[in-house]
Amino acid sequence: MASTDTLVCQTQTLADGWLLILQGDVNFTSSPKLRVSILELINHKPDRLVIDLAGVPYMDSSGVATIVEALQLQRRANRKLVLSALQPKVMGIFEIARLHTMFNIVPDTQAALLA
Amino acid sequence: MDHQNFDFQITLKSQPTFLPAAREAIQAAAKNIGLDDKACGHIILALTEAMINIIKHGYSNQPDRPIWIGLQQVEKNGRKGVRIILEDECPQIDLEKIRSRPLDEIRPGGLGVHIIKEIMEDVSYAHRECGKGLRLTMYKFVNAPAESPTAAAG
Repeated sequence: MASTDTLVCQTQTLADGWLLILQGDVNFTSSPKLRVSILELINHKPDRLVIDLAGVPYMDSSGVATIVEALQLQRRANRKLVLSALQPKVMGIFEIARLHTMFNIVPDTQAALLA
Repeated sequence: MDHQNFDFQITLKSQPTFLPAAREAIQAAAKNIGLDDKACGHIILALTEAMINIIKHGYSNQPDRPIWIGLQQVEKNGRKGVRIILEDECPQIDLEKIRSRPLDEIRPGGLGVHIIKEIMEDVSYAHRECGKGLRLTMYKFVNAPAESPTAAAG
């Protein structure tokens, strides 16, 4: 049986913020963990928060809502949130929800550092 | 489950671990009817969002409550498709509260309803006639609705 509840969150420091690297599905059982990780990073007031989604094969609306919350917090403080390396299925849900234009979405982490 | 002559019907308990099985069963049934991969993908996405809303918001994560899912092949205006109905025993809340929210007011559950309405057709919520629970009805047709020539002319 495929594991759907194991989400791994790793962080790396950037010159101007944080890189959050996710591995695993972001669904309504794992999204609270993601939310805690994001809020911990945002508490450090990063000018740039990059969320690398290369390792996320599936995300449901609770995951998207968590990331939207992160965007709202960063924007309120005039700081950046960049999403990188979305897999097609994940990009699809952002497009279906018509949220893909709200975010700065780039193909990889390298581009995220320049965004 | 209330009246209905479904082609395929399942019952599950309100536990997240059963969601993959429910998705696979409905996807197989939809494919068997003749829907393509894209339509099946949309159905599965909408179904997942609907089931999550029932479990998380309707049942407040209680693990032993029933969810019924029925699938029926339909045809409308020459378009083949499926009608999917989900029923539960959640409190019969004001249906106005089950609505998609403006995207700048995203809150728990609202985005799921928004997604369902974006990818399915004729989405509607109703109170079950037995006095307990809600019924979600949604459709997916093989081809997008054709714009009528008179409408296009304005």
